[in-house]
Amino acid sequence: MHMHDHDDDHHHDNHFSPMEARVRALETILTEKGLIDPEAIDVIVETYETKIGPRNGARVVAKAWAEPDFAAWLKQDATAAIASLGYTGRQGEHMRAVFNDGETHNLVVCTLCSCYPWSVLGLPPVWYKAPAYRARAVMDPRGVLEEFGVTLPADRKIRVWDSTAELRYLVVPERPAGSEGLDQEALADLVTRDAMIGTGLALSPEARA
Amino acid sequence: MNGPHDLGGLHGFGPVAPEVNEPYFHAEWEKRALGVTLSCGAFGAWTIDESRHARENIPPATYLAASYYEIWIRALETLLQRHGFVSGAELAEGRMLEKGATPKRVLTAQMVPAVLARGGPCDRPVDTAPRFAAGARVRTRNVNPATHTRLPRYARGKVGVVETVQGSFVFPDDSAHGRGENPQWVYTVVFDGAEIWGEGAAPGLTVSIDAWESYLEPV
Repeated sequence: MHMHDHDDDHHHDNHFSPMEARVRALETILTEKGLIDPEAIDVIVETYETKIGPRNGARVVAKAWAEPDFAAWLKQDATAAIASLGYTGRQGEHMRAVFNDGETHNLVVCTLCSCYPWSVLGLPPVWYKAPAYRARAVMDPRGVLEEFGVTLPADRKIRVWDSTAELRYLVVPERPAGSEGLDQEALADLVTRDAMIGTGLALSPEARA
Repeated sequence: MNGPHDLGGLHGFGPVAPEVNEPYFHAEWEKRALGVTLSCGAFGAWTIDESRHARENIPPATYLAASYYEIWIRALETLLQRHGFVSGAELAEGRMLEKGATPKRVLTAQMVPAVLARGGPCDRPVDTAPRFAAGARVRTRNVNPATHTRLPRYARGKVGVVETVQGSFVFPDDSAHGRGENPQWVYTVVFDGAEIWGEGAAPGLTVSIDAWESYLEPV
């Protein structure tokens, strides 16, 4: 399921893996035709390695924890509230924020492909796009959560959001106890990528320290 | 289509196995695959729905054995050939043999920040009122089109409740096949776990999908 399998299992007479050779060939053809700009690819990669990642979402969550008015706006119009922090665009065009509370835990999946809120979380992890998670999240969310080290109270309801349309979901985890005195940057340190997918919880300040 | 992509509720794939401190990319070619895929998407020659359908059409055994970037590349090769940008002979030889189609635009490095920041909004106005209101009980249609749909198999023929009217959006079942955008209202519909999974459903589970209006019937 992971590309390492391909690297390890195949032995060709050049030093490229089959997928590396395949992508190089494609990039070569498209560049020769003037259809792509290899430097544009560099910029795209650099953007998602350094600019657009889960820190964006963590800042959204921290602000929602700290400012009730922003939390209300986020609940009402997540696209606009998130855009006010400068996070817009590809795979975040139509955002919805869903809030965990003492009654319900939210979990996000895309059973049909790999829909994910790129503008706030960046590129999805491999497991999010792979069959095991996509198959099981909608049927056995507690079992999935156990594999992430998350055990919810037995009476906690679980709502699974299958991203079947163009809405992209950001989970706002519960604010951890002991975080009362922290500023928003310190609060953002408690907000993991997985907490914003629903496969994790926000860190406690002690766990972070 | 009832393709290999429609995975909700399937057994046998084992544990999720999250990777601790997972890197953004696991090989250099994955970076190029991301960039090539986004660059070709910027041609404006196909919709996101057509590209999803190209991925769904990868033969099941191949799809399920492939990493997601491999799925992207295989589908991209299909799209590039279908729209005349690249030929099968060129892919086989790994070099340009003929000129091919000209795209509406070529993504340059300078354009990337603005293009990513804009994205591809797909909300569109419709001149009908929503057929269903929040709180309405609805049944998803029991359909098995061989063409593209975003109604997953596990959620067909099931009764749920409209939670939210989310707005009107391009209809993927048409858009994927070049039949136009034909926007429809989209609803978040919530199902009890037991309605979907029956006996033995996880207690306290609800599952929602975002459903285009024509996926739904009144109950």
